[in-house]
Amino acid sequence: MDLFEYQARDLFEAHNIPVLAGAVASTAHDAERAAAVMGGKVVVKAQVKVGGRGKAGGVKLAENAADAKVKAEAILGMDIKGHIVHQVMIAQAAPIAEEYYMAILLDRANRNFLVMASVAGGMEIEEVAHTQPEKLARVGIDPNSGISREQALAIVKAGQFPDLVVNDVADVLLSLWAAFVAEDATLMEINPLVKTEDGRIIALDGKVTLDDNAEFRHPSHELLVDHASANPLEAAAKEKGLNYVKLDGEVGIIGNGAGLVMSTLDVVAYAGEKYGVKPANFLDIGGGASAQVMADGLSIILGDTDVRSVFVNVFGGITACDAVANGIVQALAMLGDKATKPIVVRLDGNNVLEGRRILNEAAHPLVQQLDTMDGAAAKAAELAAK
Amino acid sequence: MAIFINKNSKVLVQGMTGSEGTKHTGRMLKYGTNIVGGVTPGKGGQSVEIEGKSLPVFNTVAEAIAATGANASVVFVPPKFAKAAVMDAIDAALPLVVVITEGIPVHDAAAFYAHAVSKGSTRLIGPNCPGLISPGQSNIGIIPGDITGPGRIGLVSKSGTLTYQMMFELRDFGFSTAVGIGGDPIIGTTHIDCLRAFQDDPDTDAIVMIGEIGGDAEERAAAFISEYVTKPVVGYVAGFTAPEGKTMGHAGAIVSGSSGTAEAKKVALEAAGVKVGKTPSETASLMRAILNG
Repeated sequence: MDLFEYQARDLFEAHNIPVLAGAVASTAHDAERAAAVMGGKVVVKAQVKVGGRGKAGGVKLAENAADAKVKAEAILGMDIKGHIVHQVMIAQAAPIAEEYYMAILLDRANRNFLVMASVAGGMEIEEVAHTQPEKLARVGIDPNSGISREQALAIVKAGQFPDLVVNDVADVLLSLWAAFVAEDATLMEINPLVKTEDGRIIALDGKVTLDDNAEFRHPSHELLVDHASANPLEAAAKEKGLNYVKLDGEVGIIGNGAGLVMSTLDVVAYAGEKYGVKPANFLDIGGGASAQVMADGLSIILGDTDVRSVFVNVFGGITACDAVANGIVQALAMLGDKATKPIVVRLDGNNVLEGRRILNEAAHPLVQQLDTMDGAAAKAAELAAK
Repeated sequence: MAIFINKNSKVLVQGMTGSEGTKHTGRMLKYGTNIVGGVTPGKGGQSVEIEGKSLPVFNTVAEAIAATGANASVVFVPPKFAKAAVMDAIDAALPLVVVITEGIPVHDAAAFYAHAVSKGSTRLIGPNCPGLISPGQSNIGIIPGDITGPGRIGLVSKSGTLTYQMMFELRDFGFSTAVGIGGDPIIGTTHIDCLRAFQDDPDTDAIVMIGEIGGDAEERAAAFISEYVTKPVVGYVAGFTAPEGKTMGHAGAIVSGSSGTAEAKKVALEAAGVKVGKTPSETASLMRAILNG
């Protein structure tokens, strides 16, 4: 899960990383009030989970509370790269002397964590890595031993931070590591980390990604979920414990296993080129395809008004095809008149003959079976074109 | 000969007394896998009857090894307790640990992977994988044993069901070993480890490599193939239609910005001389053509 900037700020503050005062507002009126409480100049910042909001006009300096209201009015509702701005953060303005960079992230290739620190901040770190690689320290961290103070100092020095700030920046790095571990993060980035004109080190903007697999030890992370901008179908699927991603096509997809479902989307996309149709969603029903899971899956997909046909693609491993077939039959009985779109089914693997027999016997008018994944994908695409 | 597991594999089931553990222990025993016992902390000293075999339960992997001579384990322990179970196996220097559990926090996987590397005596497979099978010899994990039999194709895949699909497509040829390495961001055994083992295995003639979006493991595997692998390799990559920034089922399956795309992986594999199929069936046809000369 990616966090908004204001959530990252709050998390940093909770872990003793120095930040400026900040408050979130979803109306211009609230923005004005927050700015009044803060006093003085403030920065009004669009809260969207996408880069480049500054260039898009989503970050503006306000002279006072009244001005903050005007700026917030302009920013709220903006569309930044397809993300609608529902909230702004009102942040205390600070006179900046220098801008630095610091991040800790999961390094998949090296299978550990990576610290990046650089005296050159405020821009994309890829650009620093490209144009001034000597100013970027990149150090792998052993997850079991963490970062010692000596190591933190060495990293900061390698990032060419000025001697005057090395100690303070190393403190920030140690706090950031503690936060990264405590919150089960896969990314914590501070960009820019600034030195103010009065010499303080402050995390001015942050990006945080938390590991969804670690939710069980962080009940409080539930409060960080952005329910407002979630796609309603995705939200409904999540509530039912389904692994669903909404896409923009016409062929609804249900399958078992993430790899097979991704592959099914691709095969449908190829088959659909001829008919001008694409997959409408990703839906992995996982190992145990009970009637209830199949009914939940079908009802989500049939609730998508873009869907014109459905492709159920199952390779029975642990899941037996007869259970899947029974699931489909019972799901259609549960859905009754709500099931209106043609459903193409391809079953293979564990107990396939019995599965096919059950569907043949039920002879539901919406259901047709094909023997191969390619053939079934072509049929589902063809049906969606009509 | 096969890779990683064979008829001499003596297997412990960590989490055997749980419902998943018991179910899959039964399936593995039916297949003929030599299961020698289970490990569940706090339940040591008990024994469990599964498929007509009485299996001893131990508190720790070290005790289980001492009593049974086990040289591998398969982990069905829930995410909350998986790290402790894997650490226990690594501390006991068990040579092979296959982690089936899905949903392990990546900080936990990073910790047990680093521990395995520093101890240097354990090969980890997974987490979030279906395990591996050397048909006719041993089946460790949840791969259905009846799809196909022994043969001379080696298979390595991030995905369980695509492994089954590909074994099914090529069932008339059979496999030396099929390894599901898992779809998490941090996994123990990689495509490269399997490619190296298959290249060195006299019983493997050709290799199928299945990848998916996310990370750059396939690109690195392509570089490795150019430099080390002389046996024919065919490839398949899932996720061409996956949108940017969305996790597609597997925790590691995500396109971030322009990195981790299926297209980039396909291009890298083709540059290394790997024939890449557009669909699972086309991939199987490419392998068929190679094996039929």
